[in-house]
Amino acid sequence: MIEEKDIEHIAMLADIGITKEELPEFTGQFNEILDYFDILDQVEETGASEHELANVFREDEIEPSLPQDEVLANTRDAEDGFFRAPRVM
Amino acid sequence: MASVTFAPDDRYNAFITTLSEAETGPGRLSGIPVAVKDNISTRGIPTTCASRILAGYIPPYDAHVVTLLKREGAAIVGKTNMDEFGMGTTTENSAFGPTLNPADPTRVPGGSSGGSAAAVASGMVRMALGTDTGGSIRCPAAFCGIVGLKPTYGRVSRYGLIAYANSLEQIGPMARSVEDISLLMEVLTTHDSRDSTTISCPYRHTPDPSVRGLKIGVPEEFFGEGVDPRVAAVVWEAVTRLEQQGAEIVTCRMPSMSFALAAYYVTCTSEASSNLARFDGVRYGPQADTRRPWHESFQDQRREGFGAEVRRRIMLGTFALSSGYYGKYYAKAQAARQQVRNDFVRLFRTVDVIAGPTMPTVAFRLGEKTDPLSMYLSDILTVPANLAGVPAISVPCGTSEGLPVGLQVIGQWFRDEKVIDVAAAYEQGASL
Repeated sequence: MIEEKDIEHIAMLADIGITKEELPEFTGQFNEILDYFDILDQVEETGASEHELANVFREDEIEPSLPQDEVLANTRDAEDGFFRAPRVM
Repeated sequence: MASVTFAPDDRYNAFITTLSEAETGPGRLSGIPVAVKDNISTRGIPTTCASRILAGYIPPYDAHVVTLLKREGAAIVGKTNMDEFGMGTTTENSAFGPTLNPADPTRVPGGSSGGSAAAVASGMVRMALGTDTGGSIRCPAAFCGIVGLKPTYGRVSRYGLIAYANSLEQIGPMARSVEDISLLMEVLTTHDSRDSTTISCPYRHTPDPSVRGLKIGVPEEFFGEGVDPRVAAVVWEAVTRLEQQGAEIVTCRMPSMSFALAAYYVTCTSEASSNLARFDGVRYGPQADTRRPWHESFQDQRREGFGAEVRRRIMLGTFALSSGYYGKYYAKAQAARQQVRNDFVRLFRTVDVIAGPTMPTVAFRLGEKTDPLSMYLSDILTVPANLAGVPAISVPCGTSEGLPVGLQVIGQWFRDEKVIDVAAAYEQGASL
């Protein structure tokens, strides 16, 4: 059973932001969905994949990339060719 | 350069962005208006994923599929409405309001590619691109009465598709005829080294509407609990019609269906929780307040920018991958996914294709589905193809309560040609 404090913790881990008012509804929905997921307890772990897997390699060749001004075009907060971001510390 | 004028009466809210003048050139799609779902990057044209968090974002490059459309002269006339980031079954989860179903505007068009389906079904465009993570092309195709194909995983490049669940999703064609689906597949399947999950497997095929001697598997589970008996009856009639055209019907079982939906939702939410971490308001979208600490700024951006369903799925995925729960949810979901694949491998030893309904019901009323789990449950018949990576098509096969019903045909890996042939056979048989 997931409680409101668990939802708060998950929201913090996911950096999703949540308000106190939202907690009861999200918690109720979470429990309903997780109850449904319990059906996975019946799944027996099978051995190796029957899928054939193959690596996809290519030569590491330098190709043209986007010009810096186009990369920065979608931010309103560029400085000296860099993105400005919130402080980490 | 020649151009196509586009001034639709968008009464169904199918488009987020339209271009009144769209460039066109020579090629197999010359002069044909094509709509593109708004999670596929288009250079110079806003691309929102129907989310506030991408407000104002203009991609600096084209998705590979968009490059291919342009190379064949297609006129890209607009970007279509969708459930935010592809998360939904109705196109109601859009920051731009819901799309309405042209077959009955009091109903949803299905989702998440509901705008593309409505644009095609209403005749505003001849064809469109959608994306299908758990049924998002086939569901709206079925609900709106058009044709939609989810290609084999790895057949169409996802370069430039804004990712939601990489291991499940494919870009695919939507149109009013199987012939146009086939035409779009010829254009879309050119190899792209920028998506290392694609292989070079060009589609060069003319639909062959013959099913003589073809073995069609019909799993009991596709007509079982949760499927509206009236929808099941319409689809059975369609299967019977294929039998009359010379196909052999083989009833079969798909036991993994009992946990396929749970496996799907654990997998897609887990992948979403990682993919959507990039939306932080720094490089695009609403701008972060750089004076505040990182986490606070990030959380404010995401609480305001994402809709409730997107936040719910990011949290579900974060939970499923978190320490202590990984084994119970994510690891079990991958074991279940393997069993879905194994079921398909086993069935395809004896049958050529598998057929059943695309959706368990006809289109819902707008606002009818309010709790998330009941919405998820309506994806039960479409998710197995995504979990296994096999191709699947939805083709209109009649009506129930006056609303369109879709016949789903699922094929073997990289035999998209075969599901297109069966859909063509049904389409031509139905018009006789």
